[in-house]
Amino acid sequence: MSLLRTEGLTRIYGGLKAVDEVDFTLPEGEVHALIGPNGAGKSTFVGMVSGRIEASAGRVWFDGREITHLPAHKRIRAGMAYTFQITAIYAKLSLFDNVALALRNRDRAAAQEALDHVGLAERGDQLAGYLSYGHQRLLEIAMGVAQRPRLLILDEPTQGLAESEIAEFNALIKRLAGETTILLIEHNMDVVRALAERITVLDAGRVLARGTPEDIHADPAVQAAYLGTG
Amino acid sequence: MIRDLGLHLALIAVLFVLGLTLPDYHQGNMARILVLATYAVGYNVLFGYTGLLSLGHAMFFAAGMYGLGLVMQHGGWSPVPAFIAGLVSAALLSVIVAVLALRTVGVAFMIVTLMFSQSAFLTILYFGTWTRGDEGFVIPQAARQVAGLDLTDPVTRYMAALALFSVALLLVLWLVRRQEGAVLIGIRENEERTRMLGYNVLSHKILAVVMSGTLSGAAGAGYALLFGYVGATFASVQYSIFPLLWVLLGGAGTTIGPLVGAVFMFYLIDYSSGLTNAYMLIAGVVLVLLTLFARAGIMGEVRKRWAPWLP
Amino acid sequence: MVVGAVPRLLPGVVGFAEEICITLQAWSFGAATRLRFQTLTGNDPGMEFGPHLLLAVLEGAVGAAVLALTALGLSLVFGVMRVVNVAHGEFYMLGAVVAWFVASVIAGHPALGFVAALVIAPLAAAVVAMVADRLVLKPVAYDPEATIVGTIGILYILQQAALMWFGPEARPVEPPFNHRIALPWYDWAAGEWFYPWGLSTTSYKLFVIAAAVVILLAFWAVLTRSRIGLIMRATQLDRETALAFGIPVGRVYSLVFGLGAGLAALAAVLIVPIQQAHYLMGGDPLLLSFIVVIIGGLGSVRGTVVAALLIGMSDGIISVFLSPTLSKILATLLVALVLVFRPQGLFGTRAA
Repeated sequence: MSLLRTEGLTRIYGGLKAVDEVDFTLPEGEVHALIGPNGAGKSTFVGMVSGRIEASAGRVWFDGREITHLPAHKRIRAGMAYTFQITAIYAKLSLFDNVALALRNRDRAAAQEALDHVGLAERGDQLAGYLSYGHQRLLEIAMGVAQRPRLLILDEPTQGLAESEIAEFNALIKRLAGETTILLIEHNMDVVRALAERITVLDAGRVLARGTPEDIHADPAVQAAYLGTG
Repeated sequence: MIRDLGLHLALIAVLFVLGLTLPDYHQGNMARILVLATYAVGYNVLFGYTGLLSLGHAMFFAAGMYGLGLVMQHGGWSPVPAFIAGLVSAALLSVIVAVLALRTVGVAFMIVTLMFSQSAFLTILYFGTWTRGDEGFVIPQAARQVAGLDLTDPVTRYMAALALFSVALLLVLWLVRRQEGAVLIGIRENEERTRMLGYNVLSHKILAVVMSGTLSGAAGAGYALLFGYVGATFASVQYSIFPLLWVLLGGAGTTIGPLVGAVFMFYLIDYSSGLTNAYMLIAGVVLVLLTLFARAGIMGEVRKRWAPWLP
Repeated sequence: MVVGAVPRLLPGVVGFAEEICITLQAWSFGAATRLRFQTLTGNDPGMEFGPHLLLAVLEGAVGAAVLALTALGLSLVFGVMRVVNVAHGEFYMLGAVVAWFVASVIAGHPALGFVAALVIAPLAAAVVAMVADRLVLKPVAYDPEATIVGTIGILYILQQAALMWFGPEARPVEPPFNHRIALPWYDWAAGEWFYPWGLSTTSYKLFVIAAAVVILLAFWAVLTRSRIGLIMRATQLDRETALAFGIPVGRVYSLVFGLGAGLAALAAVLIVPIQQAHYLMGGDPLLLSFIVVIIGGLGSVRGTVVAALLIGMSDGIISVFLSPTLSKILATLLVALVLVFRPQGLFGTRAA
């Protein structure tokens, strides 16, 4: 059964179609990567799914219910979690307070556990702004995971991470893969290959191809438009 | 949690003892400061914790003040129902202002609150027949009695002011230790992140405006009742700037800061008004200095340096 | 033109005027909205609606002229620097106070002092503003919230400094010239034409209108034709690019802040022979300028001038027929609602 479905989802910015009638289906439990060149409309697409960006046309269903006109916070409550492309944590609050807000309660043990997931357990009382960039990304992912979402949307989670941190990230997502459906925007093809069960390629706002990593790798249109010859 | 509550109860106990031991002059001052600090505590909910800078809180203070004053003066109401009338007026006004003004953000929000407050001020002047305009009116001593207590008696008045302040202080402490308070702080720090964690940002902001406005109104009603005077000055722009000044000085987003700021500023102005009639010069200088050098305020600096646990 | 015409009060006219007063009062919404018609014409029941409106239009035009200059200063500062200058009204006050000072120091014909004030007062205000920019606004990197709090501080410092050195009294400044000019208006009543009494303006008021028009045109020419105008517009459009092109943005900001204050001071010098200088006189122009800038939209000289005309004229005209307090309440509420429901008019461009 599909957890997320879109039909003709479109976003127009001043005459320009950033996302152009995208039909998309995401089965429950899948780890799905959304790839494509810069400006292909990936962030705009997940923005419309999560409710941050209003759709110009088209419809969205989540868990069998139409959510096209639902405000963002209600979509999150319905079981989505969203991590920003540009790190968005509460820099002036402690890690504990950051996670507590994600958990929607003040239970210290639960917050501790969530931090433990990403290896930040020792730093609960530090201010998030003092963490290194990589640790801030991990905190943001911890905040997404802490919500125990049905659908976790990650917008370029490994951007700016070091190789070792990427390995940790991959391990974390693999642990989650059984329980959570994951929609991942990713530029790093190694990460995509390591994690994604299926891939959708966007180009100029349209779906260029979809399928397993092998299908995509073999797809001549994708090679021409995106992977190039290299 | 226990530490927080202990600190605040200790502060209230100290203020209680001060009420019995201070010389008359300072006891009178402190009674006034406690009521004004209640106003600042209310302002702090919106500015300090939610990060919304209002330039029009005098309208809420005045709504409480006139809500109480008018029904006592023209309706002959007794103090308790009149106080409730003041609270209700302020709460209603803050709901209306919240729904309208929260459609704007940033600088526009500041200007809109300023404009609303200015219309409220002018409205008070316009209905001078009832409000006596700038001149204001006095609530007679005989009317300021509650359950056999004479609110014009200095000690009783001080204790009533302390009770008002304590309720406001503990209410805010309770709020910021709850999830709702954490969400307000989240909105202050990163509104979009908070929305994308599944919180209804608008309804939380409305809660903050209404709570802030109602507390400010309680202070206004308390001021009218305890000091027996109702006047349009309290609705002027200056009385919207004062709580901003107190909160900035004492420390925005700290529970105790509003009191600290009000005490410092009151005595600074009290002292300088003995030297010159241009005593508001001090307010201007303090505002500029705070802007330049101490954005966190007194308690904010204390929290940063020594006590990160301060609520 | 008839100068100082003698009123011809016929019993019939008096009765007719009274009737109009009563009718107008009935139009207004109840007792609360009392017309000022009778109080203004208290000595002169012979004056009627038409001539009254003409006078109101003239008064409104004077107000609008001065308001246009003041609001333009505020709009310029917000447009280029994105700073809401809450102390703007105090620079206006400063202009008036300096004008009084200059006029009282310079002996001889009042025109001498006035001309000197026209030069000195805006310069003085501009210097004070540039110092404030360097000491307060620049150090906080023009952060919107910090600049609002900072300029509130500057407001009180300027206002209270004026109180200390200038005192709480209102001080008059003599106009350089002030001929009474009667207005050509005739009315028909009781079977004959008559000239309503007291229908006149002064040459100085007409001068204020003309001077404001000249200043506005000059300002517009500088902004659109000169190099410095080009630099200011470039900075307004895109601060980063302007920096990249080697425009000294810091100095442009100082200059713009000084220019904004100077315009307010200039407006005050023009109005002070009509209104008197007082240390609290900055509040009303500040509020009205806010209104104008919000209604007129930003950075546009034309929008500001049109809005100033609209607000200034309607303020002048409405306050003749409604109480000035009521007209202010309505104007303020209207503007608040414009901001609430059409925020893109002013601040929305930045939020995008």
